[in-house]
Amino acid sequence: MTEFIFPRSIPLACALALAVLVVVGLILPDWAMFLATMAFSKGMVALGVVCLMRSGLVSFGQGLYYCIGAYASGLMATWIGISDIFLMSLLGIIASGIVAVIFGPLLATYRGIFFAMLTLSLSMILYGTLSKMSVLGGTDGLNVSAPTFLGYHPEGRALGLSLYMFTCAVIVVYGGLVRTLFDSERGLISLAIRDNELRVEYLGTSVRTEIAVTYIVAAIAGGIGGVISGAAIGHVDPEYAYWTTSGEFVFVAILSGYFSIPAVFLGSVVLEIVRSFSNLYFPNTWQMSLGIFLLIVILLFPKGLGSLLSRSKKPEKKQ
Amino acid sequence: MELLAYILVDGLIYGAWLFIVSLGLTLVFGILNILNMAHGSLYAIGAYAAASAVGAYFALGGEAFPFGSYAAMVIGAIFVALILGPLLEYGLLRHFYGRDHVILVLVTYGVFLILEDAMKLIWGVTPLFVSEPYSLLGNVEFGPLYYVTYDFLVIAVAILVGLGVWFVLNRTKRGKVVLAVIHDREMSKTMGVNVDRVFLISFTLGVFLAALGGALTAPMISVSPSIGVNVIILAFAVVIIGGLGSIEGAAIGALFVGIARAASVHLLPEAELFVIYLVMAIVLVFRPEGLFQKTQARKI
Amino acid sequence: MSATILTTENLNKSFGAVTAAREVSVAVPDGAVWSMIGSNGAGKTTFVNMVTGYIKPDTGRILFNGTDITKMSPRQITRLGIRRSFQIPQLCAELTMLENMLVSLSINRKHKPSYKRSARRPSQVDEAMDTLKRFRIENYHDRLMSELPAGVRKLLDIAMAISGTPRVMLLDEPTSGVAAEEKFPLMDLVMEALSKSNVTVMFVEHDMDIITRYSERVLAFYDGEIIANDAPDQVLSDKIVQQYITGTTK
Repeated sequence: MTEFIFPRSIPLACALALAVLVVVGLILPDWAMFLATMAFSKGMVALGVVCLMRSGLVSFGQGLYYCIGAYASGLMATWIGISDIFLMSLLGIIASGIVAVIFGPLLATYRGIFFAMLTLSLSMILYGTLSKMSVLGGTDGLNVSAPTFLGYHPEGRALGLSLYMFTCAVIVVYGGLVRTLFDSERGLISLAIRDNELRVEYLGTSVRTEIAVTYIVAAIAGGIGGVISGAAIGHVDPEYAYWTTSGEFVFVAILSGYFSIPAVFLGSVVLEIVRSFSNLYFPNTWQMSLGIFLLIVILLFPKGLGSLLSRSKKPEKKQ
Repeated sequence: MELLAYILVDGLIYGAWLFIVSLGLTLVFGILNILNMAHGSLYAIGAYAAASAVGAYFALGGEAFPFGSYAAMVIGAIFVALILGPLLEYGLLRHFYGRDHVILVLVTYGVFLILEDAMKLIWGVTPLFVSEPYSLLGNVEFGPLYYVTYDFLVIAVAILVGLGVWFVLNRTKRGKVVLAVIHDREMSKTMGVNVDRVFLISFTLGVFLAALGGALTAPMISVSPSIGVNVIILAFAVVIIGGLGSIEGAAIGALFVGIARAASVHLLPEAELFVIYLVMAIVLVFRPEGLFQKTQARKI
Repeated sequence: MSATILTTENLNKSFGAVTAAREVSVAVPDGAVWSMIGSNGAGKTTFVNMVTGYIKPDTGRILFNGTDITKMSPRQITRLGIRRSFQIPQLCAELTMLENMLVSLSINRKHKPSYKRSARRPSQVDEAMDTLKRFRIENYHDRLMSELPAGVRKLLDIAMAISGTPRVMLLDEPTSGVAAEEKFPLMDLVMEALSKSNVTVMFVEHDMDIITRYSERVLAFYDGEIIANDAPDQVLSDKIVQQYITGTTK
């Protein structure tokens, strides 16, 4: 049954997913398209958290890369007038990649709450620095001009639709790559690290390298997410790096678990819908509902709601 | 020279405050093995409770004896601890013991989210001001330096609370039971220690310390919903610098961070937050487990 | 006579006041099957831990095939071909038996583990199943570790250690925690599987019957020191060994 929904061939699954997303996009009203674009771009960041979660690490500071991606593209747009979304994404990837290459190997020696708190600290350093730097707009942040697409300058609904399509293409491609990674030899080793690091070292491979690489993959996803969010909102500010922003990515990751990649984006969409409606109707209790929901998921679905969606992990039982 | 004095005194005051808000966090981690992300919210609730208590005190004619407002603040904190401590530990956290440390961090993150909104529901979103207790004790002057006496009250409370907790843990029978639980939970259980009760009381004490920190701070600031979010970040830094679970560590860590921040505020205000994490990063590079924590090898 | 594959020279190690190794010097010939005895805390596991790089000796040298491995990490030593099993099997609890085996195979290839190639490709799964068959535990392949009997876990622990091209295998109490009647069948299986890989074996054991039956030579540890190093009959009849080690275990 689930085999039908998620075909085993990754390229086929990606093509199918993209087709569905494109068709859905054509009929979505503007507000929903914006919501989906935001949800998917944030889903990219959450996907990074999920990658790390597979190795048993929780990053409470993925907002760092979300923010770096957003500022890298936003600043370049302001300073040298780059507005092409492909170029901006490339900048986001480079900027977050460089930072991750520096910090990844350092953070890879830490586990558990130390990893969580150090990643959180890093993002808060960025938050603090950006807030105080008036050159970069301080706490107000800066505006990002509307993106262009390889020379195409859409406006109005066409702009929203173009960005939505771009986002869908990005998440499908990156999702496919991450799925390939999860299924690969290294992917299985990551799962083993979560369980028993000592054994993995004693089998003859470096746990630290494995974690550092995963961290970089996660950071790049975060960077791209930041670029798209910045372009969609047209504005970036230090809040991108604030720890409660990172907390939401963790929330989506916990919600979706690490077995299914579509579940991550679905989880992100659910969160954005709940956020929009709560902001309208109960602005003061929306965090509370999130908190309660989080506790319920941890208590009842230790592997995330995504484990319900994923194809059966084990081969069928004999006898 | 004058600047140095400013930095030291400011650092000491800030460090004392940090110590009070971090002590509960490190204590709960040491005993229950929980890194409580909701600690900042408990601090904020303490501040609100104290503000309400002080407000009520003056409304009920406390003007005649304004010093009674200090008692009102402490009672507010106790009230918070007695309600939320058992509610959270017994009603929630207990169900997650034995699971990964990180899971418990996430659970307390959930609690944080819930409490943040609960505060808004109870106290609204407009800031509260209760500055009476702050100015009550007058000012002190040391030559050119000029301070509000209340700031030194914070230092006194920090010393008192730190020594108190240390004394209870190391010099009383009950404290030794707690140390036994920290050392080996299972063994203590078989020796007849009521571990559940130790956890309940310790967690409640942790809540009290957070709430007390908030209560003490309430007169110095405008009490608003977001104050807890920042405190937790500072307390984490202090506790990680000192070594999770160590009281001495929290004291040294608070002092380090306090002085570093004071120096930054006077010399390079842009770097205020940055400096705190810089201290943390430097400590962790040389002592990955913090200043007062032994690395433990795993038995295979 | 075959060449020496593993040499330790005057290894010393102390943990505070406890001396875990005192002038430990051995020269193990290639292809030998040796055992190690001694009461708890006598230094057997410390020896295994030092040779595999988990702890570093305070003084002394360890040579593998002429290479100084004293300061190498467990990972580097493993890659050279010294493998070990654990007293408490070190398995990945949330993975199935087959997946555990696949992890081991994925790591121990000539090339580095791939970011692309599927860990579950049929050829690798077949290879994993073959290894499990050598240890006759293939029926449990889809079980999680928590569901397995102690003996099966021990076997999987060893099976995971031998993928690739091991040269020396250190087994830390392969039969501990296993019911008495299963000890011999288990050792038979292990020795049979290992003999196919043509490795040098050193195992820690408390059962004297197993020592006599499977090992060519015995190292007797007492208080961090090797007090006897000879054929099983010789060592077990040694007065000092009887007094300090076997006397207390038998």
